[in-house]
Amino acid sequence: MATANIEVSETPLVLYALRRADDALILGHRLSEWCGHAPAMEEDMALANMGLDLLGQARELYTYAAKVEGKGNDEDKFAYLRDVRQYRNLLLVEQPNGDFARTMMRQFCYAAFADLYWRAMMSSSDPTLAAIAAKSEKESAYHVRHSSEWIVRLGDGTEESHRRAQNAIDDLWAYTGEMFAVDGGERGLIDAGIAIDPATLKSRWLKTVTGIVNEATLSLPKSDWMQQGGRVGSHSEHLGHLLSELQSLQRTFPGATW
Amino acid sequence: MYTQALNSSDGDDRGVEDVARASQFQARIDADERIEPNDWMPAAYRKTLTRQISQHAHSEIVGMLPEGNWITRAPSLRRKAALLAKVQDECGHGLYLYAAAETLGTSREELVDAMLSGKAKYSSIFNYPTLTWADIGTIGWLVDGAAIMNQIPLCRCSYGPYARAMIRVCKEESFHQRQGFEIMVTLCRGTAEQKAMAQNALDRWWWPVLMMFGPPDQVSQHSDTSTKWKIKRFSNDELRQKFIDATVPQAEFLGLTIPDPGMKQNENGNWVHSPIDWDEFKQVLAGNGPCNRDRLAARRKAHEEGAWVREAAMAYAEKRKSRQLAQAAE
Repeated sequence: MATANIEVSETPLVLYALRRADDALILGHRLSEWCGHAPAMEEDMALANMGLDLLGQARELYTYAAKVEGKGNDEDKFAYLRDVRQYRNLLLVEQPNGDFARTMMRQFCYAAFADLYWRAMMSSSDPTLAAIAAKSEKESAYHVRHSSEWIVRLGDGTEESHRRAQNAIDDLWAYTGEMFAVDGGERGLIDAGIAIDPATLKSRWLKTVTGIVNEATLSLPKSDWMQQGGRVGSHSEHLGHLLSELQSLQRTFPGATW
Repeated sequence: MYTQALNSSDGDDRGVEDVARASQFQARIDADERIEPNDWMPAAYRKTLTRQISQHAHSEIVGMLPEGNWITRAPSLRRKAALLAKVQDECGHGLYLYAAAETLGTSREELVDAMLSGKAKYSSIFNYPTLTWADIGTIGWLVDGAAIMNQIPLCRCSYGPYARAMIRVCKEESFHQRQGFEIMVTLCRGTAEQKAMAQNALDRWWWPVLMMFGPPDQVSQHSDTSTKWKIKRFSNDELRQKFIDATVPQAEFLGLTIPDPGMKQNENGNWVHSPIDWDEFKQVLAGNGPCNRDRLAARRKAHEEGAWVREAAMAYAEKRKSRQLAQAAE
């Protein structure tokens, strides 16, 4: 007998916290897939480090969502007992690791956003979100530094690494627009000073990305078509496989404590 | 995590060395002085330590694989974070130990190549599979427990960089060991299925863990010189006995049965185990353990698939250097 999915009362604030928690968990999980298989031992350390930062952020955000929701859910129930349609993360973070260039490009695109986002969220009128933001901003700043250094090395390295880095940005670009989208519920939180409007970060994000992409001798994709759907549970096919692995024990042994 | 008891002989090239220096060296060891990288040392001392430290480093790196196997399936976010951090620690130990080995004059690249080619050994324990979550608890409890038994005396090893590395490694290992035991406690207090999972893991890991201490003293070729040089301070059998005596009450506390019905306590209170199947040990050492091929294949794959990344980093560093030189010349 499989354990049923939990029900979540997605009030705007619960949903807001869950979306950011899911981003952090799914990206952290992806990074953890590298552990023991990275191109260099130093990179095994660094990828695990970033993965741990993200896992930590996810745990705090889930715990906060559970508290706000007040229905007896907790971080593990949110992580292990929701299915694909209930996950609210960005499509970008669930994209498979691919090669190292793709992993780093995904990391860079997300971190360059997260760094600006968390810095702005430090002035949220919600003290818990502001506190999580203060910690996450420091971590994201390191993620930007680490990933951008690799983008430059790979883009301006060898012919092969250049080709791989260019492929990575070409493939991932369409998933970056979702980071700046806002729906009605979030608009209300923005108006109340709890959340910030991500659209206001876009030009600075683009400036950071363009700067690194130029330094790396890469070019930004011409297409501006952007995929959407992660925030409402319309995911790529990849997420289901990730969740089936992540949730396997909780689903196989319902109700057990680990 | 653990260096296999080192039993292959280095050959005796000590006779050709400077007798006076050799006796000075031994006098320093006897006076419990630390030998440092720039000090004179017999070639065989250097060779023994290079092998032991690099095997230890390889064990840490290969040891990431069996536990890494469960990072994506860890059953709670707390366990997931702890396991990822633990495997990351092992990588850190590996790097730390390669650095200690490099102080003896062999590059990390060369040492890693010897592991990837199958020439250098790593601890056989990592050639066993992790089949259930209970294996993660058992590895922490027993494999890290055995590693600590072996490594605590190494904190007083005569070679300074190795001894200092071991102090840090032991601190982290003892944390891992407690974490593993805590996983076992949770499983044993859990459902009947979880308890059975814990017992099954103990059944599978017990004998391979006892083998981690290496062959019995009567057949161990290496111990004499290592003891004289204060690299090794206790014999394989002594350490194995210490480990068993410490573990039996822990298994009792968990309510688990050690899979050795013939094990008895002797008049000194030591637990005497039944004969160990050394043929299995030899087979695993010879490459025929259940996961030898998988482990090496995984390390080779990471190395080969990472080659273009490392090449890119080198190429970029070169370009940058020449650009800086060109700028400086302007």
